[in-house]
Amino acid sequence: MLYFSRWKAIAIVSIAMLVCLCAVPNFFSPQTVARWPAWAQRHIVLGLDLQGGSHILLEVDVNDVRQQKLDQVRDDVRRTLRDAKIGYTGLAIRGDSVEVRIREGSDFAQAYSKLRELSVPLGGLLGGTGQRSLEVTDAGGGLIRLTVTEAAMNERIRQVVEQTVPIIEKRVNELGLVEPTIQRQGSDRILVQVPGLGDPQRLLEILGKTAKMEFRLVDVSMSPQDALATRPPPDLEVLYETNKGGQKIPVLVQKQVMVSGADLTDAQATFDQRTGEPVVSFRFNSNGARRFAQVTQENVGRPFAIVLDNEVISAPVIREPILGGSGQISGNFTVESANDLAILLRAGALPAKLTPIEQRVVGPGLGQDSIDKGKLASYVGAVLVIVFMFVTYGLFGLFANIAVAVNVAMIFGVLSLLNATLTLPGIAGIVLTVGIAVDSNVLIYERIREEVRSGRSAISAIDAGFSRALATILDSNITTFIAAAVLFLIGTGPVRGFAVTLGIGIATTLFTAFTLTRLIVATWVQLQRPKVVPI
Amino acid sequence: MRLLRIVPDDTKFDFMRFRRISFPMSAALSILAIVLYFTHGLNFGIDFQGGTLLEVQAKSGSADLQTMRTTLGGLGLGEVQLQQFGGPADVLIRIAQQPGGEKAQQAAVEKVRGALGSDVDYRRIEVVGPRVSGELLYKGILGLFAAIAAILVYLWFRFEWQFALGAMIANVHDIVLTLGFMSVTQIDFDLTSIAALLTILGYSLNDTVVIYDRIREMLRRYKRLSMPDLLNVSINSTLSRSIITHVTVAMSLLALLLFGGPAIHSFTATMMFGVVLVGTYTSVFIASPILIYLGVGTGRTEHIETPAPATPAATPAKGQQPTPAKARP
Repeated sequence: MLYFSRWKAIAIVSIAMLVCLCAVPNFFSPQTVARWPAWAQRHIVLGLDLQGGSHILLEVDVNDVRQQKLDQVRDDVRRTLRDAKIGYTGLAIRGDSVEVRIREGSDFAQAYSKLRELSVPLGGLLGGTGQRSLEVTDAGGGLIRLTVTEAAMNERIRQVVEQTVPIIEKRVNELGLVEPTIQRQGSDRILVQVPGLGDPQRLLEILGKTAKMEFRLVDVSMSPQDALATRPPPDLEVLYETNKGGQKIPVLVQKQVMVSGADLTDAQATFDQRTGEPVVSFRFNSNGARRFAQVTQENVGRPFAIVLDNEVISAPVIREPILGGSGQISGNFTVESANDLAILLRAGALPAKLTPIEQRVVGPGLGQDSIDKGKLASYVGAVLVIVFMFVTYGLFGLFANIAVAVNVAMIFGVLSLLNATLTLPGIAGIVLTVGIAVDSNVLIYERIREEVRSGRSAISAIDAGFSRALATILDSNITTFIAAAVLFLIGTGPVRGFAVTLGIGIATTLFTAFTLTRLIVATWVQLQRPKVVPI
Repeated sequence: MRLLRIVPDDTKFDFMRFRRISFPMSAALSILAIVLYFTHGLNFGIDFQGGTLLEVQAKSGSADLQTMRTTLGGLGLGEVQLQQFGGPADVLIRIAQQPGGEKAQQAAVEKVRGALGSDVDYRRIEVVGPRVSGELLYKGILGLFAAIAAILVYLWFRFEWQFALGAMIANVHDIVLTLGFMSVTQIDFDLTSIAALLTILGYSLNDTVVIYDRIREMLRRYKRLSMPDLLNVSINSTLSRSIITHVTVAMSLLALLLFGGPAIHSFTATMMFGVVLVGTYTSVFIASPILIYLGVGTGRTEHIETPAPATPAATPAKGQQPTPAKARP
């Protein structure tokens, strides 16, 4: 136990030193480190709780996706039956299904087979699973029921999330935020983490907006108040515009969309040349420009509404045909809100509504406080432990302190190598590791004490102490490691940070106990040839 | 230099005698803890209950809790808790989960921000919706059980099944008592509490394993020592280590408790109780004596061999050889 070949000793010391050296980039400013070669740049990332930032978990609104899907099926049914010139009544969405009643019994067979064609195999040409998008059933009495299958819904949700992630990325990047991470989580969730953000509420607003932009004509045949009182005609609806005073003004608009935001190619926040107010200028693609030109030509003198997520932003009157394919939106904007709208329009609309279901924001001040407190606690804890170990074990306590110091440096080294995230509970994990690392030394030394008491010679006692204690150290640390591993697997955010440092700490503790501490003591034994163990 | 000896070299404390006290006491405390859990309940934080938490700092340097309470109470957000958090300017605001699903929680934050305006800095805002909180709780409980199961399997492989079972009973005892502590003190029970519970589990097991390791060694070495004596010798010979280790862990925790700031206060307080008090007690007074009841060493006769407990290595060569005979009950 106490003999080390020269090469083994060199290997142990170099491994320990190399791992410790990995922690070096953390002591330099990010600007300095950025000039280093890529392999030397690995460093510890401070968690959002330490450097401040936002953690937002968004969930795709499954009901919205379902509603869209059902709307689409209903429209498909209407189109199919119209094209086939089959009379029907009572086309409506009921629960998870679309139902339609065929008027003439003689048409039923034809209608049924036509509608069955709406159901397509899922999974495209490749990897079809045999499942279909719709379940079409004959409910009796001329009623046909089309139910969206679970598989089709899941497929749609997957697509929605897939389409949403790049849009979210674009929005966050357009805000000019540093090092954002955007991840899919589970089947219908997206996690956005943004370090060091001044205004979390703004981020939340930008992420949560669907940003569905529509240009629609305003109906002036009746006043919105009358429409509200009676019930608007089926092709019209009442939406609201918020004026400068914060009041909501009803506007009666057509349901039909003239041009949608999907036809926008660019949007910029600028100032209106005449009034000096912030506005958003936009440009259509060729398709959008043609449609916009056509509609404005036909409706000069009538107002139209610019609608964002079912709210009217403004409803200007068309003074002259807009043929150039570009225009501007003015609607009580501040510089910031104009900017935000431009970002949203450039990034495009989300395919479905997103709901924030978890939000954790830490201001930079609190983060710095936590770092300071964590540091202070670590220093105080370290000093207490160092003094206690020295008082208890003297020279051997000193050896233990060296081993523990190397241990902590190695934890930072490994954390840097892994580009791991250090959180406040993570710091707690390091402090606790110091406890574990000390324990390994205590186990060894106490065993040596026992062996000395049982009458062994100094060297034999040290040897036996190490060999017996190490088995115990292994057993006890593996149990703690299992707890850390489970924490890592189930934990999120800060808890995970704790598990990471605890797990790494146990690994480095085992390394130092099995090699470094033993090497130090072995070297001392070789140099001193002690007759008595000084503990 | 004279070195510190916390435990005298030759302790022969009769721990086993206390099992007639420690078992009924632990049973009573455990029942009390369970009763407390159901009557007093845990102070679930927003992680598991959903809701909103804001940490604000008054810009004026000292927060007027009374005014804030009145202001926020008038918002119609249901139960609003305010609490001094750290310095005199820091206030923790907790708002119960709002009815009306995920969106309503966000609206509540907006209302509070509107009401408090720019008099305060928002140092932390956490909103956990009803769905996430349910999942977090489920995952936390799942994790706790998964950890216990994984550790048990490991111990079963490394020791005999009685040891694994004994460790599990000790484990459950630790967790139940710690939950009782959290119920009495009404410490926030959140995600970090699960982390604390798991660490307590790890530490307590660590301790138990160290003693079990020694018991196993003794079982192999002294075939004819009576079980209570053998356990006493094992505990006494590891006592010094137990105490020194727990002093150092307690020192680390004390530093975290005093200087680590309010954010990890409940975490360290729970750990202090669990690791230092319960974990140590459990491994000595519960996990070890329970081996007798689980039938470890039942074939042994009482008091035939009386070795000097402090000199177990009177036959030094023996311990180093792997003894083929396993200590089967």
